Amino acid sequence: MSQPVSRETLTHLQRLEAEAIHIMREVAATFSKPVMLYSIGKDSSVMLHLAMKAFYPAKPPFPLLHVDTTWKFREMIAFRDQTAQELGLDLIVHVNPDGIKRGINPFDHGSNVHTHVMKTEGLRQALDQHGFDAAFGGARRDEEKSRAKERIFSFRNAQHGWNPKDQRPEMWKVYNTRISRGESIRVFPLSNWTELDIWQYILMENIPIVPLYLAAPRPVVERDGMLIMRDDDRMKLAPGETAQQRMVRFRTLGCYPLTGAIESEAATLPAILQEMLIARTSERQGRLIDKDEAGSMEKKKREGYF
Amino acid sequence: MDGRLDSAVGDPAAADIAAFLREQEHKSLLRFLTCGSVDDGKSTLIGRLLYDTKLIFEDQLSALANDSRKHGTTGDDIDFALLVDGLEAEREQGITIDVAYRFFATKRRKFIVADTPGHEQYTRNMATGASTADLAVVLVDARQGMLPQTRRHSFIASLLGIRRIVLAVNKIDLVGFDRAVFDRIETEYRSFAEALGFAGITAIPISARYGDNVTARSDSMPWYQGPSLLEHLETVPVEDFAADQPFRFPVQYVNRPNLDFRGFCGTIAGGRIAVGDPVVVAKSGRASTVKRIVVQDGLRTSAREGEAVTIVLDDETELSRGNMLVAPDARPEVADQFAAHIVWFDDHAMIPGRSYLLRTETDQTTATVTELKYRIDVNHHGHEAAKSLEMNEIGVCNIYTQEPIAFDAYKANRATGGFVLIDRVSNRTVGAGMIDFALRRASNVHWQAIEISRRERAEQKQQRPAVLWFTGLSGSGKSTIANLLDKKLFAAGKHTYIIDGDNVRHGLNKDLGFTEEDRVENVRRVAEVARLMADAGLVVLVCLISPFRTDRRMARDLMGDGEFIEVFVDTPFEECARRDPKGLYAKALSGQIRNFTGVDSPYEAPEAPEIKLSTTGQRPEDLAEAIETELRWRGVI
Repeated sequence: MSQPVSRETLTHLQRLEAEAIHIMREVAATFSKPVMLYSIGKDSSVMLHLAMKAFYPAKPPFPLLHVDTTWKFREMIAFRDQTAQELGLDLIVHVNPDGIKRGINPFDHGSNVHTHVMKTEGLRQALDQHGFDAAFGGARRDEEKSRAKERIFSFRNAQHGWNPKDQRPEMWKVYNTRISRGESIRVFPLSNWTELDIWQYILMENIPIVPLYLAAPRPVVERDGMLIMRDDDRMKLAPGETAQQRMVRFRTLGCYPLTGAIESEAATLPAILQEMLIARTSERQGRLIDKDEAGSMEKKKREGYF
Repeated sequence: MDGRLDSAVGDPAAADIAAFLREQEHKSLLRFLTCGSVDDGKSTLIGRLLYDTKLIFEDQLSALANDSRKHGTTGDDIDFALLVDGLEAEREQGITIDVAYRFFATKRRKFIVADTPGHEQYTRNMATGASTADLAVVLVDARQGMLPQTRRHSFIASLLGIRRIVLAVNKIDLVGFDRAVFDRIETEYRSFAEALGFAGITAIPISARYGDNVTARSDSMPWYQGPSLLEHLETVPVEDFAADQPFRFPVQYVNRPNLDFRGFCGTIAGGRIAVGDPVVVAKSGRASTVKRIVVQDGLRTSAREGEAVTIVLDDETELSRGNMLVAPDARPEVADQFAAHIVWFDDHAMIPGRSYLLRTETDQTTATVTELKYRIDVNHHGHEAAKSLEMNEIGVCNIYTQEPIAFDAYKANRATGGFVLIDRVSNRTVGAGMIDFALRRASNVHWQAIEISRRERAEQKQQRPAVLWFTGLSGSGKSTIANLLDKKLFAAGKHTYIIDGDNVRHGLNKDLGFTEEDRVENVRRVAEVARLMADAGLVVLVCLISPFRTDRRMARDLMGDGEFIEVFVDTPFEECARRDPKGLYAKALSGQIRNFTGVDSPYEAPEAPEIKLSTTGQRPEDLAEAIETELRWRGVI
């Protein structure tokens, strides 16, 4: 953010930035083994950018963790590796070996099973294996109804479960960071940011993002009312189905077979912002996983999903 | 009045993004909460605000149509409450359990709304929402008038430092838009709130369900000339007074990547600071000067309240997390005793004498409530005598901390005057406190230096001081085993003493009964006496049921490292009741004795005692010998 010499009042984004930095420092000061969940999306990019600020001139005192489902867009993986290398950060990539052995994939097993095994179980494995006691996530409260209810420091029991009916009161900026062995805290520094805030901040701070967010001609298949990009030939085409080149972009990034593209001409950040302001659909609509059943995000979170 | 976002954008093709961003940049932020009793329509109101400000996207609306048919309480109309009640249990029960945060914006402002639960059992969630809010919208159902929760929430809002109130008299359509009803409620509320010291109260008659006076003024109430709710929220002044307070910088984290850089990270909690300004370390009084203010984009010459910065001092001043950099001419209090208002959150009551962890924004220490001065009746603001604070109760207490903390009165600074209390065993956040003032007693009672050290006293006796804390059910064999051990140690020339729980109740503790409060005080006194004896170099054997983990933890923390040896005399309840050496179990089981551990009062077994004795089938002599061996191994004797 451009820094004036003296600030009379703080803007909305300056307040959000300070809040996120405060939260990250609090974790670094009070937990013995924190980690930052890095999902490669735009929210992760903002979160990482804030972490670089929070500990400057030092590097963030925690590694990045990516729970790879092996179905991410190829461009995401390339971006991930390049980002970690350029910033000189320690990146841990975890893939659920059990899921690989069972050949779990979104086409044969559906989004529910695939997400549960490769993401939820994979995440729990990685956290347990490394003994992480605090994990940052880039979730925002404006994304989804159960997220709107979640604390910034969200307590998880030894099974990684979330109990929405019994959350710790969270007063002021006084965070209760105490846990017993095996328990952990999920920390959401971007809780109070909206999608618009994220884009605005990316633009102002010139934060690198995966190019998939910008419109370009890409090969897409129309399936169940969604435009799915055929990122590799593991995606089999049904009889009569063809991949068409269309001008599309993604509002949210996940596993490519589960992430719908939207048709768009917005090839620059200002164009995205402009498009967003007249958007008629909210961003998680592009995600199959929330549609499986009512309250599905809450259910996943109780099971240990981020 | 037009507060709609889309009108700010206008024709997308013509929208100038740069201009839009500049406009965003200058928007102020208002954080408010909605509160009030169950069914007063809080969630409906927020749903209405979001809907009317056009931030409800199409897909959310279509999902909503499904939900309304399933759980809705408004027939075929859209139930706006379902937009914000995010948890399954909430939708099923039709109530709000936890605070939900919502975001919307108009041309003039950005808003973060905390929608808080009305049920009394979820008061702690209401307090969570209130702690970060600038304003509270208190809803009242026009048909019901003021209810106990209206008073409770208003009181908590005031306690947490919220200065402005909107009294939204909702469901005004259901009383025929009757002005008399509105006037009566407003008058009653103002007379109630007089004592709460709000800077402003604005009363607005609304119908959240139909939108009257929510975003635009209603035609159904020509008698009402004031602003609509949204109009008021857009224009009400946002206080920024923390920036005008004296400089406060609680140190969160010391950033030391290499020997050449030592920066103190934190968020400025009050006032402003510039390079070259003199500062003082709150707890030590050491003076220093700000050399640099570091942010990633470069160096700053100054910074203000609310900014997260890294400060470098021009010398090697000792400073770490939990301390504060402050203005030299306006310092905070540094004390270990103070008075505070406390809101209790937990279903285990707050009991004076019990120790908790006290956490401020960056500091943490052990704390004990030394005195519960009174409980506050939130309906009538009366003071009531009380021995404990139950869940959702509010009281005024004196608090004693193990280490001094730096603070301001909560009224002067919300960031440096608030704290939470945490249970030492479960780690639950059990209460929140707002500091009123330091107690001067603290600074007038000094430690008298004693020239013979405790080490010298113990060495003279050729032993190391220790406190063996025998805990277990009544009749488990604590006193029997301790007596046998005492005789062995005495015979070996060691200096010992037994403090027996039954015996102290004849003297030191004869004023105490067996309620939870009295048991806490009983343990505290015994622990303090044991500490004095350990200071004198003795090996102290304490025989005390001491059923609660936190109290034994308190005793442990009083002693030096390795000096506290918890001996769990583990005899099953059935066996104790069978032995019943004093005939107490027979009486307790027939109801003649109340609060008897194991019968109608719980015993919390130690999780990691130094010594655990399973007595079933064992001779007490063998158990005593086992302890003696352990003491030798530990180097006590």
